[in-house]
Amino acid sequence: MPSEAEMRLRERLSKLGGMKLLRGTKLSGELARLQDQLDQLDQLDPSAEEIWQSVELARHVDRPYTLDYVERIFDDFFELHGDRGRADDPALVTGLGRIDGRTVVLVGHQKGRDIKERANRNFGMAYPEGYRKAMRAMALASRHGFPFVTMVDTPGAYPGVAAEQHGQGGAIARSQAAMVRLPVPTIACVIGEGGSGGAVAIAVADRVLMQENAIYSVISPEGCAAILWRDAGEARKAAAAFKPDALHCVELGVVDAVVAEPPGGAHTDVDAAAQLLEQGILAALDEIEDVEPDERRRLRREKYRVMGILASTA
Amino acid sequence: MSSGQGRVDVEVENKRPDEPAQGKHPNTCPGCGSHYRDEELAESLRVCPQCGHHFRVGARERIEQVVDPGTFDESDADLRSADPLEFFDLRPYTERLVEAEMETGLGDAIVCGAGEIEGRACDLAVMDFAFMGGSMGSVVGEKFARSCERAAEARNPLVSISASGGARMQEGILALMQLPKTICAIDELHESGGAMFSVLTHPTTGGVLASFASLGDVVLAEPGALMSFAGPRVVSQTTREKLPDDFGLAESNYRYGHLDAIVPRPELRGTLAQLLRLFERS
Repeated sequence: MPSEAEMRLRERLSKLGGMKLLRGTKLSGELARLQDQLDQLDQLDPSAEEIWQSVELARHVDRPYTLDYVERIFDDFFELHGDRGRADDPALVTGLGRIDGRTVVLVGHQKGRDIKERANRNFGMAYPEGYRKAMRAMALASRHGFPFVTMVDTPGAYPGVAAEQHGQGGAIARSQAAMVRLPVPTIACVIGEGGSGGAVAIAVADRVLMQENAIYSVISPEGCAAILWRDAGEARKAAAAFKPDALHCVELGVVDAVVAEPPGGAHTDVDAAAQLLEQGILAALDEIEDVEPDERRRLRREKYRVMGILASTA
Repeated sequence: MSSGQGRVDVEVENKRPDEPAQGKHPNTCPGCGSHYRDEELAESLRVCPQCGHHFRVGARERIEQVVDPGTFDESDADLRSADPLEFFDLRPYTERLVEAEMETGLGDAIVCGAGEIEGRACDLAVMDFAFMGGSMGSVVGEKFARSCERAAEARNPLVSISASGGARMQEGILALMQLPKTICAIDELHESGGAMFSVLTHPTTGGVLASFASLGDVVLAEPGALMSFAGPRVVSQTTREKLPDDFGLAESNYRYGHLDAIVPRPELRGTLAQLLRLFERS
């Protein structure tokens, strides 16, 4: 039996059904429609409690991870390993698979299911080697004209001594730059935790999808609370303040579409969640597949160029 | 890839001298304890004449240090942060913004415009750590992106001088989106044939290191500048690893191949002039 909060959320999402193309504010012809949708969203503003529920569901121990979706969505999947420089980073998987009759390249963070796998996959926190493996997959997609799909699910890039020595900041910057330049259609799906730089490193895409209970944020609630409240225990307050939930991400123009999850969250019915995600990916591919490569890059840059909200004293 | 294993539970102190503790005069050198009058420090480009410690430099003073006198023409000084999230921690974001502007005299954490260095034109985007820790929100991203556009238009190289703690939490996910935004702007600049030189100053961390600051055609840093994605405290607390003495510093980054050169401040103007000569388009 779904909780009352969940019922409210579902009701909201059904209202959101017709607004999956909310994007950069430069689409001037669409402004009236956007304003309309924003007015609607104002009335749908998620409460602090609902935001925290998203944080908990996004991190739920049984939440499906990238490879759970890969085996359900892609046929004939072949995993690619190694950055061709120094290592293979298990926190980030890359591979080739078929979806709806075409080959695509897949890149995604991968958390572990049990203690041993979690340690091996470093809880989905990639090293620079992981992002360099992702860039290798991008180059492959570009060379062969394969659409490029990513699944984002990381608490953040790994903050360790070796990671810094191997150039974590530069790797994240270059991974984004490589994604900006891809001539092929690109889709990013935020499926769990979209944690800061480690997430956006593989999320600069023509279409960014976000699952209903995923979160996408500039810092973890605990990190933000530790800095601004000087108490990591104030994570709920921090989350309520910086609003990492899917609806706010749509409202701010950061995410193009929200992908529904089964009632109670993706972990309650992984097959159904995978089916919904597959539909989302295919719908997004349909929208962007026929664009010329130069035009695609131009539109992608334009989309990111207008992100942010400003004021002026002039 | 195994440095997370064999964890040792010790508190690790970053041995690099910090900026003066509260109460100490800001002109007291954290490296050797020498004390200077403000005009003495300004005269020495805020580098300690005794030990060579590089003090922080504000954006306007930095611009005076590198460009030919009277050539700087500032752009977009009118841009201010909005408060899209109505962010409120212990104090409202809007209040912090007003306070930062009153303290620094700056509209946000970056000053942009065109100027000349040894007679050669360039665009400049110079950050100021004093404005909310040099954090990057919508205004910093927008002003940087506009600098790229002006540089492309004028066929000038862009000189970026960064000093930042990272993305500005108070703008939430929109602050994170300034990473791809600035990267898209550099991509367009590069497509137009333009060049970007990035100078990293203490500190350049988090989202700024993970975006435009790392993407210069040439990447320089000042001696002793911290340039790490995660700060030393976060790394030691999260991983319990023992940090090397030079963790994340320019010297360590140079050794690992992430920098083209470490340039002491008195040589910065000359080095930038040399790069402007080398990248001059016929």
